[in-house]
This record gives sequence, structure tokens and C-alpha cells, in this order.
Amino acid sequence: MKVGFTLNGKAVAWQGAPITRLAAALRDDLGSTGTKIGCDAGDCGACTVLLDGRQTCACLVAMGQIEGRTIETVEGLANGAAALQASFLAHGAAQCGICTPGMLMAAAELLRRNSKPCRGEVEEALGGVLCRCTGYAKIVDAVMNVAAAPPRAPTTGAAVGARLVRVDGLPKVTGREAFGADAVPADALWIRVVRSPHARARFALGDLAPLRQRLAAVLTAADVPFNGYGIYPDIKDQPVLADGVVRYRGEAVVALVGDRRAVLSIRDEDVPIAWLPETPVMGIAAATADGALLVQADKPGNLLLEGGVRRGKVAEAFAAAAAVTEGVFETAFVEHAYIEPEAGWAVRVGDRLEIHASTQTPYMDRDEVASIMRLRPEAVRIVPTACGGGFGGKLDLSVQPLLALAAWALGRPVAFVYTRPESMAASTKRHPSRIAAKFGCDAAGKLLACEVTASFDTGAYASWGPTVANRVPVHAMGPYHVPNVATWGEAFFTNGPPAGAFRGFGVPQAAIAHEAMMDALADKLGIDRLEFRHLNALRAGDSTATGQTLAHSAGLAQCLDALRPHWRKAHQEVAAFNRSGGAKRRGVGIGCMWYGIGNTSMSNPSRMRIGLSPAGTLTLYSGAVDIGQGSNTILSQIAADALGLPVGRIALVAGDTDLTLDAGKTSASRQTFVSGKAAERAAADLRRQILRLANAGTDAALSLDGAVLAVRDGGEVRTIDLAQAGPLIGDGSFDPPTTPLDADGQGIPYATYAFAAQIATVEVDLELGTVKVLRVVAAHDVGRAINPALVEGQIEGGIAQGLGLALMEEYLPGRTENLHDYLIPTVGDVPEIECILIEDREPLGPSGAKGVGEPGLVPTAPAILGAVQHATGVRATRLPLLPHRLREAIVAAEITP
Amino acid sequence: MAAYHRPRSLGEALTALAAPHVVLAGGTDFYPARVGRAIDEDVLDIGGIAALRGITEDAAGWRLGATTTWSELIEADLPPLFDGLKQAAREVGGRQIQNVGTIAGNLCNASPAADGVPCLLALDAAAEIAGPTARRLPLGDFVTGARQTALQPGELLAAIHVPRPARPARSGFLKLGARRYLVISIAMAAAVVEFERDRVAAARVAVGACSPVARRLPALEAALIGSGRKQLAARVDAAQLAPLSPIDDVRGSAAYRRDAVVVLLRRLLEGLAS
Ligand SMILES: Cc1cc2nc3c(=O)[nH]c(=O)nc-3n(C[C@H](O)[C@H](O)[C@H](O)COP(=O)(O)OP(=O)(O)OC[C@H]3O[C@@H](n4cnc5c(N)ncnc54)[C@H](O)[C@@H]3O)c2cc1C
Ligand code: FES
Ligand code: FES
Repeated sequence: MKVGFTLNGKAVAWQGAPITRLAAALRDDLGSTGTKIGCDAGDCGACTVLLDGRQTCACLVAMGQIEGRTIETVEGLANGAAALQASFLAHGAAQCGICTPGMLMAAAELLRRNSKPCRGEVEEALGGVLCRCTGYAKIVDAVMNVAAAPPRAPTTGAAVGARLVRVDGLPKVTGREAFGADAVPADALWIRVVRSPHARARFALGDLAPLRQRLAAVLTAADVPFNGYGIYPDIKDQPVLADGVVRYRGEAVVALVGDRRAVLSIRDEDVPIAWLPETPVMGIAAATADGALLVQADKPGNLLLEGGVRRGKVAEAFAAAAAVTEGVFETAFVEHAYIEPEAGWAVRVGDRLEIHASTQTPYMDRDEVASIMRLRPEAVRIVPTACGGGFGGKLDLSVQPLLALAAWALGRPVAFVYTRPESMAASTKRHPSRIAAKFGCDAAGKLLACEVTASFDTGAYASWGPTVANRVPVHAMGPYHVPNVATWGEAFFTNGPPAGAFRGFGVPQAAIAHEAMMDALADKLGIDRLEFRHLNALRAGDSTATGQTLAHSAGLAQCLDALRPHWRKAHQEVAAFNRSGGAKRRGVGIGCMWYGIGNTSMSNPSRMRIGLSPAGTLTLYSGAVDIGQGSNTILSQIAADALGLPVGRIALVAGDTDLTLDAGKTSASRQTFVSGKAAERAAADLRRQILRLANAGTDAALSLDGAVLAVRDGGEVRTIDLAQAGPLIGDGSFDPPTTPLDADGQGIPYATYAFAAQIATVEVDLELGTVKVLRVVAAHDVGRAINPALVEGQIEGGIAQGLGLALMEEYLPGRTENLHDYLIPTVGDVPEIECILIEDREPLGPSGAKGVGEPGLVPTAPAILGAVQHATGVRATRLPLLPHRLREAIVAAEITP
Repeated sequence: MAAYHRPRSLGEALTALAAPHVVLAGGTDFYPARVGRAIDEDVLDIGGIAALRGITEDAAGWRLGATTTWSELIEADLPPLFDGLKQAAREVGGRQIQNVGTIAGNLCNASPAADGVPCLLALDAAAEIAGPTARRLPLGDFVTGARQTALQPGELLAAIHVPRPARPARSGFLKLGARRYLVISIAMAAAVVEFERDRVAAARVAVGACSPVARRLPALEAALIGSGRKQLAARVDAAQLAPLSPIDDVRGSAAYRRDAVVVLLRRLLEGLAS
């Protein structure tokens, strides 16, 4: 069928099947890939376009329905809404940028009707577009303040500390950014995977020959050269394609490769697989029960790993304590729910493979794909596409191995884009946890002892399970000075989805426990909850439970000092509100955290280069992937100041394993601290070379005019003609100094730690058990805020995820495998957030900076749960605190309005 | 390739329906049920049929054409009788969903959590069915079960009729969900109350997401008759919930739903009193 309509002011004639989704036609046939697909089901709003001027999900509209109608997409905005796009840029409203086109369209519709909307109107208008990165705060600001002037570009030498507009921001607001599914070659074949509908089963494949005749290839375990992968060099336990056994629902079994329509039209039922389902092992209790079935035959007791930290005399200390408290806390599988499902494409180039995919870790991908393919690592090139959100979930392989297999075998480009249900079923999750904690303090409130056992459900495969089990014992006593400590972490295999890395590596779960303990002890002794934490806060000079002395930069007490006036005021307001009675009760809570930056007791180096070409182009070659958190911008700011040229001069080559050096993965909040330091050193190296060439002193000022570099030293100016002197390349690397932990967990696990405290004000409906978070004030010690706007963005986004963890998010295989049933916070759920940045410089970090990627999320759930307890008397022990769980607890405690 | 019809008239549509077709209206239930696979059903797109569009009014009441969207309903000039339905419309999905999703689609999809159903039950609405023989059914007989309607092969829902109440009426709707926007109801309640000299002369109350199909609560309705404005909420009693059969699911437990519905009903009626 032919369909004529107007697209961004131009008449378009489209031909195809009328049932085709508008989103697909725009992207696949009309080249408008600015319209994103996050779910194809109306749940995320990433595909929002204007249909006859009204915001509509392009994934829910049939091409047959738009004859004669008008469609506007982000590509058309430049004609009218440029100010809105500029406002998004200026406010830092786009992080990863995958939701940005949809947000812009929804906002554009509103602003046409109402150029001065209030906050409520903005929320109503944007309520149908999900953002997983920003916590919405800067998006709402951008829509409400379109006319605000953009921040001024910083002067030379003042890039660090400036609210510099994201250096890679423009394509995110114009729709030109190419994410994993956006630049697939037109002649690509497509992969569709048949996945296990069972959590645990044996299976036998039938005759695949008929399917093979219809398709370019049908891949099974037998086609994989080395059918095992995993994060750790010695644990390659996850098959690319299952070999007769599946261990979780969603595990890949057969890959169909062919023309896109052909692979989509083959139903799972058409693929001959004889299933023998078995009773799955679900949850920690089942995995550790006597005689439990094994998930992996060679892992007795279903144990992946265990270990702990021991210091002092715990039993004696508890015996001497004036107050002791205990509790057990449970959390669920939590889904990353990045708005961009896993996506990419690959092509074989001679004897090499080139993989373009959305990832957080190009070098690990390269080495792992090489291992699976039995190729040399140099034979694999990873070119990261823009990444539409990761949060830890894109540290594991997803589309890459099958893309590699198919592209290698078929010699044609091959594409693979997960559907939303596939993304949710197949990908890793936050580890469900059961944390038993016991803390004791003396009569003055000084902590004496703590004992924590943190058990984790690591799902079917190891993934990042060891990282979680290692990191948690170090953090489980909280950011406090506790002289006697026994913490333990253990992870068990189950037939749940593999639990992997998710913002915080288990520390958010542990914080829920230790912060509940702080509240309980403070209450027992009648000490204010904030003051109790202040009394016990780790400070510079203290030594930690692993025996590490914190020489510098331990700013928890400063965070608490900054929060104190807010805390007092919130208490007064809440008390006044509650005096009026009624079914709604308000409460205030506080949560604190610390977070070791980088890998635990493991080398995690980064190496950066910065070059000046003979033509005078200044390029930062960075292997660090910016997944929206802003490392491209941060690294540019750091490098610019270390070199002494304006940040605007820096061009960036990022991520490509052929063009950059290994900067390590974008995880563990490490890129600012580790890669930032490497970038600083690389730029300093380049500066040294320049100064040497010019024979100038260290204070000399540089300026670049075309290919001529001018070096002003005192009154004297020397010039370097780069056409002759170039190229000049600065090289720098950094590996944070740590030491291994001994059998008692003693050593230096991290070179530095971030600290934070947040307070939350909530309103609880006692009769319905619903919780509305009204306000969060977050104080974070980040060492130095290289870019305060980006730091705030990380904190606000983390708070939104922490709110989801506390109140609504629970992944249940087979039941919440879409964004309809799996709820993440919308713009209407995230409270007003105030960020306070504490800058207790870390001498090791670039300009004193540490990291903030994960810390934003950690204190939020504890603060919310403490506030709920303040309001109701009920302390949540099972998360998420869904309305029915809270209401049941309120009824059980006989609390009435 | 599968057929796709977009007729201009009801007659053409009914002719096409002589053979099985899936009806496509706003597509907000249709497409989400078809993620990640080729769509190979024959489809009848009813969006081009003028007779199914728009809201009209006569002495007997109002006719909401089948393809009336939630947004059209929100923007329509309607009496307070429709306030509840409008409140429901404002909370269906987000704006994107309201702009294309239709009220008739909501009924035909027959989800236990369909927000339109309790409102229309409380409005005493009737379904106008077009087909080989045109017929009308009270809404309670039209939605027959979870994902089930009384539509026979060859039929479609042409319109929804809302009768004009004998007295001035007020209506309301309350939805309980675990987040602010884009949320499926854990439970919801709708009510229409007709007053005569400040006393309730007639009341219709319905609850959704607590049974396979939303249900009216006759015992509560009877208890409300004669009540003054101030006493409405006090007449709610858990015993009146007998028609409901809530279940445990990911959104809430059965016990919680029973408990929450009482609260919703009290608050809803309190709201109607002021
Ligand atoms: C993100 C999202 C959020 C949502 N939130 C809500 C919510 O909060 N509350 C709620 O109740 N619903 C919600 N829905 C569901 C949906 O939007 C509504 O049910 C909507 O009203 C359906 O109308 P439609 O026109 O889009 O139906 P379609 O998808 O076009 O059709 C739905 C079904 O009805 C049939 N049908 C449609 N019209 C007719 C007709 N006239 N005659 C016969 N059969 C017909 C179709 O064949 C199909 O089976 C949501 C959906 C999405 C995607
Ligand atoms: S892709 Fe259309 S709403 Fe998610
Ligand atoms: S910026 Fe909104 S989802 Fe990433």
C-alpha cells in the first residue's frame, strides 16, 4: 500500500505493509532514526512524535492510519523548537540521550499550547516518557526555563569546576546521535534468538534442516568455537547458546539469521525443541537447602564465592555494648531498564571482525569475543555506538557473541536488536539479597561492633557475582568507625536470571541494612538520627575495618553538617503537618554511604593519549565509554586545564579499540578518578613536551591558532609550527594503588572512597500504604566537582533509581518482563531534589576528584525507608515496599490514623 | 501478505467482517500484544469510519462513537455526570495513549483493569453493537469476562450510550496505582450519585481490578439511598463487597485489594459530597 503524509513539513510517499508501525517506517524506510524504540509497546515514550500536532507513540500507530496526516519528529524540531533543544543542552537534560527525542516532542506539544507551563503541567505532559538517567529534574527545568541563557564557555585554565555543556550533547538533542540500532547497514541480515521459556530444563533440538533452508543460518551451541564466557578469567560459565541444558528463563538456545521479515515471522513454536522442564531452584533459601539440586554441576552447595572482613573482638564488644540491634532485610531482582535495549551490528573485514554495539566496556568485549571466536584479540575491533543507558547492565556481553558468529560465518553485515521483553529476560539484574545485620554501641552512642552476613542470589551464571560478594563485606559496616567487625558476603547460584553489575555492586542492598541499624540504635539511645551518624562518621585519619587509614578526603561529617539545617527544618514541617491528623502522615529519614572507587583490590588501569596534529587539531584519544554519565566532557575538562588550552579545542575519539588505548570499563564510578587522572597525566605529558620545545617555564601560557602554537612565558612569546614539529602526543596512565585483602579481609581495597548522605521527606497514606517522596536533599563528597551540572545529574538520576529500588521495582521472571508490569519511576514520582556538593579533595584524583556514578543511588532507599518508619513506625524489611506490603505491615502493627 | 482494510463506511466494515478480522482502533492494546514478531492477521482499521466518531447528545442521553479517544472525551463539553469518566481518561496511560486510545477499545479489550469499565457501569451505559443484526446490550452484559465480550463474529462495537439521569448527578473516579503516570490500576472505583433535595435518590457504584470484570455493588448502592451528603462515606461497609473476587498478583494481594477498596469508596463518596 502507498501512504502519503507530511513528515516534518515535507510531503512523503511511503510504500509498504499498512500494518507497519510508524516508528519502524520512520526508522527503517524514511531515515528518521531520531525516533527511538525502547519497547514497541507504548510504555516508554521514546518513540513519541507529533501526529497532527498531538504527542503519540509512533510504535502504536499503523502506517495505514496516517494517510493525509502530519507527522513531526525530532528531526523537524530545528525548524521551530531550536530554543527548546538549546535549553535541553544548557540544562544538562540529556544524559545518554535515548529518551531525549521523545521528551523533546512531548515538551514541544506542551509549549505550543502553553509557553509558560507550571511544574505540574510539565509533569502531565511528560508523564508518558520514561527517562532512566536523569531523574527528570533537569528535563523539567529545561522545559520550564526555555529562555534561560546557556552557561558561558569557561576561559582557558578554568574548565575544571565549570558547568560546561556536555561536549557530545548536540547530536543527542537533534536526533542525530547513533545508538546501537541506529546505523545498521541496509543490507544487513538480522538475528532473532529463541530463548528458554523455562527456568530450568533439558532440551533436545529436532531437525533444523527445513529452517536452515529458509534462512541464511540457524546457529546452535555446536556452532560456537568456545561456548563459554564470563567476567572473570577463570569463570567462563555462561554459554553463548545453551547446550542441552538451560538454567534460566530467557537463556539463548537457537539463533535464527536471515532477512529481517523472515526471522520475525518464524515463531518460537516453529523451531523444533523438545523440552524437559525441571523444578527450578529459585531464591537463596532453595539454593542452600539440604539436598538442593545444583544449578551448575561443578558448584557444590550452589556456592559461587564467600569471604569476609574480620577485625577486633566482635563477641566481647557486643557483650560490652549498651545497646544492640538486629535485623534481616531482603531485596528483589532489579532490572536496569535502560531505555535502549541491547543492540548492534557486526561485519567481517577480511580476517578481522568489527562490532558496533552499545556497551560499557569495549576492551572486555574485544577480549571476550576473541575468546569465544578463538581469534586473537587484535582480530576483533569494537566500535562502541552511543549507549542509551547502561548502569552496569551493558558490562556483560549481549548481542556481541552472536553478531560475531554470524558475521564471521556469513561474510555479510549482521544486526541484532533485543526486544524489550528479551532485554528484560536475558540481561543481568541487581542481586537479590538477604542481609542479616547486628550492630552495637556504647551508652554515648559510639559504635562498638557489627556483624553482617550478606547472602546474594547470583542467578544462573557468575557474571559479576564475585565482585558483589567481595565488595559488600568491605562496605557493610557503613561509612562509620567500627572497631570490631565481622562481615561476610556469599553468593549462590539459582535458576534466576544472572545477577550482575548494577550501580553499586551490592552496596545499595547492604546500606539498607546498616542504615536501619543506625536508626534503631539512635532511637534506642534517644539520640537524633543525624547526630548519631555524625558521631560515628569515618573521618580523615580514621582507619577502616580493613585496616586502611583514610589519609584524606573522607567528607561524611561535612555532608551531615550541610544537611543539618535541612534536617531540622524538615522535622519541624513534618511535625506541623502531622498535627492536623488524617490518613496522610509525613516523615523524614536519612541515609549515609561510602563507596570505594574502582575495582576491589584489583588492578584497574586506564591509559589515555592526547595528540596535537601537524594541522593543529587537538584530539583526546579515550578508551572510556560515555554511557551518559558525562566522561567525555569530564575528561576533556581535565585534559584542557592540564594542558592549558581551551576545552573547546579538544576533539574526541572515544571507545574504538583500534584508535584508543584501554581505559578500563565504565563501572565502579571509576572513570573520573582513574581515567580522569590518566587524561590529566597525558595532557601534562603533552604540555611538558611543548614547554621543552619552546624552552619555556612551567607557568607558560599556551594558545593555538591554526597549526601555530604560541607559548607565552613571562613577557616572551615563542611559537611552534606544528606542521613541522607535529604530531605531538602526550601519554598518561593511572592505576589506583590498592593491595590484596588477606584471609581476614585486611588490606587496602580502594585508593579512595566517596561519601554521601541524603535526607528524604515522604508522605504515607496510612490507609492505602502508598508512599509519595516529597523531597530529597543530597550531600555528596565528590572530592572535586569537575562539572557540577554533570555531578548533579548523576545524583538526581541515582536518586530516581534508589526510589524505584525502595518502592516499586521487582523483576519476576515471566511476570514483569516489560515496562508495563515492571514499574520504574515516572516524572511524577521523582521528588524535588536539592544537591549539595562537598569538595573534600582527594590528592590522588585529577584536581582532587573522586567519583559519583554509583553513590547517588546508595543512600536514597535507606533515607526513604527511614522516613516511612518515622511517619508510620513501620520499618520495611522486604523491598520493594509496594503499597500492599506497607499496608499489611501497618495493619499488623495496629497503626491507625 | 495479510489484508488491511480501512473502510470509510460502517457497511463496508461489516461486509469485511464477514471474514475474521482483528479490529484496529487506537492500537494501544493491539500493538503491545504483538511485540517482536511479524503481524500476520487480517486487520480491519475502523479509524476512517465517520459514523463511529464523535460525541452526540439528544433527549435520551449521549452517544460516544466507538472511536472517541480519551483526549476527545477529556476535551468534550459534558455535564458533571461525566466528571468521573473524564478523571479516568486523564489517568489512562500518558498523553500519548490518551491521544489515540479509544473508549470502545478499552471495553473490547476487556482487561480486568480497564479503567473505562467501572465508570461506564456507574453511568449505566449500553453498548451499541453493529453487525448482521444491530443490537444493544447493557454494559454489564457486554463485557462478559476477563478478555471476553459478547461480540459475535461479524460484529463490532459501534458506540456507547449513556442515558440522561432523571436528576442532577455527580460522578467521580479514584484509581490506586503504584506510581504516578502510566500505571495499571491495583484497584479503582467509580460512582454516580443522583441527588434530590440533598438526599441520594439513586446511586450507582462500580469497582474494577478486583474481579474478572468490574462489578457494580448493589448493596452499597441500596445503602446510599436516602443518605445526606455528609453521611455518604459512612455508609460504606466491607460486607457490600461480596460481588468482588480479588486475586493476588504482582500489583497487590487479594486482602489488600479488599481493604483498599473500602478506602477508595469512602474517599470517592466523600469527594462527591463536597
Ligand atoms: C502505555 C499504556 C498505558 C495504558 N494505560 C492504561 C490505563 O491506565 N488504563 C486502562 O484502562 N488502559 C490502559 N491502557 C490500555 C489501552 O490504552 C486502552 O485499553 C485503550 O483504551 C484501548 O483502545 P484502543 O483504541 O487503543 O484499542 P485497540 O488496541 O485498537 O484495540 C483493543 C482491542 O479491542 C478491539 N476493538 C477495538 N475497537 C473495537 C470495536 N469498536 N469493536 C470491536 N472490537 C474493537 C481490538 O480488536 C483489540 O482487540 C494502556 C495502554 C498502554 C500501551
Ligand atoms: S517504543 Fe514506543 S513507547 Fe516505547
Ligand atoms: S537521558 Fe533519559 S534515558 Fe538516558
